[in-house]
Amino acid sequence: MSDDERAPDGAAATVVPRVEVRNLAKRYGSVHALRDVNMKLNAGEIVGLVGDNGAGKSTLVNLISGALQPTAGEILVDGKPVSFRSPSDARRAGIETVYQDLSLAPDLSIWANMFLGREKVSPGPLGWLGWLDRKAMMKQTAEDLDRTRIKIASVGSRVGRLSGGQRQAVAVGRAVAWGSRVVLMDEPTAALGVEQQARVGELIQTVASHGLPVLLISHNLQQVHAICHRIVVLFHGTAVADLRPKDTEIDDIVGWITGSALAAQRRTG
Amino acid sequence: MTQATDLAPAEQPAPDAVPAFQRIMERIGPLWTLGVLVILIVIFGILSPDLFTKAAWLSTSGYAVEYLILAVGQTFVIITAGIDLSDGAILGFSAMAGAVLMNHLLLQHTSNALTSLAGIALMIGCGTAIGLLNGLVITRIKLPPFIVTLGTLTAITGATDLLNNGGEVTNLPPFIANLGSDSLLSGWLPIPVLVALVIALVFGLILARTRFGVRTYAIGSNETGTRRAGIRVDRHLVIVYAISGFLAGVAGLMVTANFSSASSLAGANDELYAIAAVVIGGASIFGGRGTIFGTVIGTAILAVLTTGLVLANIAPFWQQVAIGGVVIGAVAVDRVRTRAGTD
Repeated sequence: MSDDERAPDGAAATVVPRVEVRNLAKRYGSVHALRDVNMKLNAGEIVGLVGDNGAGKSTLVNLISGALQPTAGEILVDGKPVSFRSPSDARRAGIETVYQDLSLAPDLSIWANMFLGREKVSPGPLGWLGWLDRKAMMKQTAEDLDRTRIKIASVGSRVGRLSGGQRQAVAVGRAVAWGSRVVLMDEPTAALGVEQQARVGELIQTVASHGLPVLLISHNLQQVHAICHRIVVLFHGTAVADLRPKDTEIDDIVGWITGSALAAQRRTG
Repeated sequence: MTQATDLAPAEQPAPDAVPAFQRIMERIGPLWTLGVLVILIVIFGILSPDLFTKAAWLSTSGYAVEYLILAVGQTFVIITAGIDLSDGAILGFSAMAGAVLMNHLLLQHTSNALTSLAGIALMIGCGTAIGLLNGLVITRIKLPPFIVTLGTLTAITGATDLLNNGGEVTNLPPFIANLGSDSLLSGWLPIPVLVALVIALVFGLILARTRFGVRTYAIGSNETGTRRAGIRVDRHLVIVYAISGFLAGVAGLMVTANFSSASSLAGANDELYAIAAVVIGGASIFGGRGTIFGTVIGTAILAVLTTGLVLANIAPFWQQVAIGGVVIGAVAVDRVRTRAGTD
């Protein structure tokens, strides 16, 4: 992927971001898990979120996905402030999460996983009884997976019978199918081999090319550097850097993660 | 980046990696239990041709009614990765409560119709209420289903004796007795058997074809993921245990109708047979897997085994030994089958 395919540099200033957080903070008693974080996610942007363990990555993601509620600050979707009391609220607002453990039911088919919690029922009285419209869900699943260029033999396959990479693809495909505003990905490649990591990377780029922003939480700095348009670094609960990969070396990112770059910046004034 | 994200071909396990036996088992799938049933029928049919008489069919199917109705509820519970040890005890309690009420109403010269209606309503109501209580304790206090339903089993068994001092109730309205003795298809289809089959069909469709069913599997397969998908898991589990209790109440009615009496021993140990039927039918005790079709086959295997051993003049003590062996064998085969898959 060449640089000119990436989001144009001036876009953030003129376009309303799909998702924005302003002065977001989360405090547990006297412990600041997150303080004064500002971040924007524009259409089609892949933003990497990196930081050491305990830097606040998970807290930030949980705030955006509705699993946690902020102590201060606000979250805006399409420029409008929102307040999520649960992950269901966030999902209704078009925010989907790909969890580290993928959150799939291995005993269910691919289509049943795609529609878990949002099952389509038949029209008419049978539907009032909860009768599933299996055909419609299978068809929709095949279309959704096709759009994200995920090839799977049969949408009726049990997820437990799929390989690790295929499961990953189903989880990502589900998030993309339902997410209209942003897809949050928590360590999507942590459990995968090198080749599969590359494929998931391509998948993320396909997702973004359809205009959906992706917030990618990862320890895999090579991948983050290769596919993200911007990289936000968290350090001790604060966003210390918002880097552009083309101007940044991986060693620089490491410097921001460990705090040495911050110390150097403070020394130089 | 026009290349498709094709993750499939490289990762299929090499065919040689899976032993032939496991491959065959995987292909046969849950149908192997049907094969076992056929083999049992053939073996016992050769040992004793009486197996194919009307009397043997009525005895076998009559025996199966009680276990099938309980096992249908148990299938839902086991698919959620739970267990209901109390369904036999609920059967006994519901039957006794309904019978005591009917006896009481008859002594007060209440009409037969009203008495029957009140008795049936109380049996089914008791069963549903106790099942509901199981579900509430399991989800609200977050206790393991095994412990909660074991406690219910013990408490309800005692309560059944308290209702009538451990005695039997035989003074019941004729409608109840007729329910147990009437039949269709010139005697080949007793009403209780019809009721059990209708229950299996209705709940089989609920499990396989409705939103409630697919969510039942999802909870047993990945509870955390199901919660994240916005499904109210606790509420769902309460309904599942209530269904198990409801069906235990219906089974209590069928047993009472069958014997035209309610005994404090009714339902004792039934939970073990119900669980055995579900497990033989291919359900995973770890949740996420099982079908009502499998449970029907599992119940039929238990029933044929029992009748067959009697007809073959084998001492009845061997029944339990044989059933225990079949249960362990079924789980062992299931293990081999699942290992053949990728999970």
